[in-house]
Amino acid sequence: MPKTTDPRVIPLNGYTLHLIETDKYKTTTFSIQIKRKIEEENVTKRALLSQVLKSGTKSYPSSVHIHRLLEDMYGAGFVTSVGKKGPYQIITIRMDVSNEKFLLDQTPLLDQSLSFLAEVLQNPLNDGTRFDEKNVRKEKRVLKQKIQSIYDDKMRYANKRLIEEMFKGERFAIHAYGQEEEVDTITAEDLYTYYQDVIKNDEIDFYIVGDINGDEMLKSVESKFNLGDRSHDNQPDAEAPVRKEKENIIFDEQDVKQGKLHMGYRTSITYADPKYYAMQVFNGIFGGFSHSKLFINVREKASLAYYAVSRMESHIGAIFVMSGIEFKNYEKAVTIIREQMDKMKSGDITTGELEQTKEMLRNQILESVDNPNSWVDLLYHSKLSGVERTIEEWIEGIMAVTMDDIIEVAGTVTLDTIYFLKGEGQ
Amino acid sequence: MEQVHFDLLKETLYSETLDNGLQVYILPKQGFNKTYATFTTKYGSIHNHFTPLGADEPIKVPDGIAHFLEHKLFEKEDGDVFQDFSKQGASANAFTSFTRTAYLFSSTSNVEKNLQTLIDFVQEPYFTEETVEKEKGIIEQEIEMYDDNADWRVYFGTIENMFHHHPVKIDIAGTAKSIAKITKDDLYTCYETFYHPSNMLLFIVGNVEPEEIMTFVRENQAQKEFAPPEKIERFFEDEPQEAAKKKSVIKMTVQTPKCMIGFKQANTGRFGDERLKYELGMNLLLDYLFGQSSDNYEELYSEGLIDQSFSFDYTEEDDFGFSLIGGDTSDPDRLTQRIMEMIEAVKSKGIDGATIDRLKKKKIGSFLRSMNSPEYIANQFTRFQFGEMNLFKVGEMYDQISKEDLETILKDHFTEKSSTSCQIRPKSV
Repeated sequence: MPKTTDPRVIPLNGYTLHLIETDKYKTTTFSIQIKRKIEEENVTKRALLSQVLKSGTKSYPSSVHIHRLLEDMYGAGFVTSVGKKGPYQIITIRMDVSNEKFLLDQTPLLDQSLSFLAEVLQNPLNDGTRFDEKNVRKEKRVLKQKIQSIYDDKMRYANKRLIEEMFKGERFAIHAYGQEEEVDTITAEDLYTYYQDVIKNDEIDFYIVGDINGDEMLKSVESKFNLGDRSHDNQPDAEAPVRKEKENIIFDEQDVKQGKLHMGYRTSITYADPKYYAMQVFNGIFGGFSHSKLFINVREKASLAYYAVSRMESHIGAIFVMSGIEFKNYEKAVTIIREQMDKMKSGDITTGELEQTKEMLRNQILESVDNPNSWVDLLYHSKLSGVERTIEEWIEGIMAVTMDDIIEVAGTVTLDTIYFLKGEGQ
Repeated sequence: MEQVHFDLLKETLYSETLDNGLQVYILPKQGFNKTYATFTTKYGSIHNHFTPLGADEPIKVPDGIAHFLEHKLFEKEDGDVFQDFSKQGASANAFTSFTRTAYLFSSTSNVEKNLQTLIDFVQEPYFTEETVEKEKGIIEQEIEMYDDNADWRVYFGTIENMFHHHPVKIDIAGTAKSIAKITKDDLYTCYETFYHPSNMLLFIVGNVEPEEIMTFVRENQAQKEFAPPEKIERFFEDEPQEAAKKKSVIKMTVQTPKCMIGFKQANTGRFGDERLKYELGMNLLLDYLFGQSSDNYEELYSEGLIDQSFSFDYTEEDDFGFSLIGGDTSDPDRLTQRIMEMIEAVKSKGIDGATIDRLKKKKIGSFLRSMNSPEYIANQFTRFQFGEMNLFKVGEMYDQISKEDLETILKDHFTEKSSTSCQIRPKSV
């Protein structure tokens, strides 16, 4: 039998190490998650920091040096990114490297990877007061282009606009990449000061997945990562969601061919809630799969769209519907989508829909542990919510959901905002 | 059933060609929950001119028909096959490329049942005038979604510039106008011609018992009748070696311009190891020229001409090929000029062997990493097999590529007359 154990979770000095020992993969995957609540004044800085961390270290001062090292390590993968999960803005540093036993020459890739990651985190290129000016300048330009590229991708743009409108006045309204006009105001000193603050105060989780020896790994991680004591005051203050008197309807116009209809719903049920399993099944029946009500009714029956889906933001308690339609079909599509939600609320759901959805969700969970990155993602979601569940608990929870549970969670769902991106003068 | 063991990869591949011509491959993956299967026909958007099975005269069919057929195959008399899959806990999907149409599912239970659903739905077409008409609205929206997608537009714009006649220049989904002409009879004609088992490949990867699965597939196929296999006649016009157009500009509602530079492959028709070596060589060469560790990349990045969206790729199929280089840029003309200069500089300076050795290590490691992915293995294996190449020989083939091979490819492929560029520029408001 292949060895797959539950993760070992080890609190260390200043961070938490999660070891997942499995011989399923031909690689070892490392993932460092650096979490802080979304702070309006720091969002852009944090986005820039995630970029600057991958642009140079003391031993590998530029990205060319880094990439040559990665190539020598048999094309190890290395990326940094920034994203939002619920009320948190999270920097992720990820690396994956071939397992040495599949290589002809026994290069010590594992040890090299750990040393490199330790340097990325603890010794980014700086002179004690600021980051390297050249690296910062380059990454500022790249960040600005990344922010602009959201505008250029109409699906992402509509999604961003929906969130801005729906969560106006709340932390979650802010995009994880920050504000384009702020980027140039950040100096290499500001950024370094912020970095020190991050290293001192943020909550850090380090995941390692692969055919590793846990005890040896623990020793080498401990010797290479010295982050020092910290107390992280990371809990965001509870924000009462801004309840709207009536639904918010927003129209934007652009010279586009296809309209983007995005609708945002709120629910009080989040990841940590025991009713979360039912919420997942709810979303699956509503718009999560190709047998869902949205897919069948918007696409298959009415031929209005190529895609009509719903997605959950599990830590905030929101459901987003997305579809691409002709401008003239706006009313028709909104009506059909509303009808599907009414059906969810009144329990107009077949046993077939319920059972199919549970099977699909079970399948999804089992598949996710076949991929090291989605496995880490699942574990980290759990960690964030404060309620950790094993794979078995997930599956049992999903399978136990009843029709009544769905109707109960459906009662918590309210339409908040309709956003429509349409053609000019349409 | 044949068995090939790959020592270093610690994988064993099982295979058999059935009496009706269907090629079946099974790769067991212990420890995985998931099983992933693809059922692929060697039929894509470029095959629009052919002699139908049993006919004498060649015909031309409307653009986008292979993709339309892909959509319609999911529909059956008693509903939608998606439903059957999801009742069995599987997620199904399909895609159409220039040269292939693939149907697939992934699931963690009911493997044989899902496999049966996959094989049977692809082998039992059911089209009516009414359902064909209804699909047109959905595909029109798919086409419009791509029309608003700047990355797709620049990608296709570059390919359009390269080719005079070859149907690779036609959008895979066709146009609203071309799909309006498609009838159920057209669909049956294409189906009968290209979905013969002898033109198809079934790949199953996951936590499966190879003997059991192969027996199951054999029995399934033995129950069905197929016409005797015939060689399919496909027609293509002669295609000149040089690019059809040097440059094109598309105006769109974007903030950042995009630029793609393309080189059309002049000599095609390679198969087997020869194509494998050429393709891997080209990938090494592109990485050498413009990969993230190259001096060129660093210069372009520092000059503010590229960002993380910068990428490159080489595609070669039986009778067409091209490389593409580009991404978001502040200055498309300048980027085009710099890329052409950089290629010329390497041509006159020659290639550095030590760098190539490092890049080979990188490619071999990346290949190994991709062996984690059942999706990658199934899709790539099929593509390779259709070109008579073997995916599992990638590692050893890299070892055989010399610096001189790359210098030959460099001179052969990157020529002024085969080059073109396409730009997306913001509409001035």
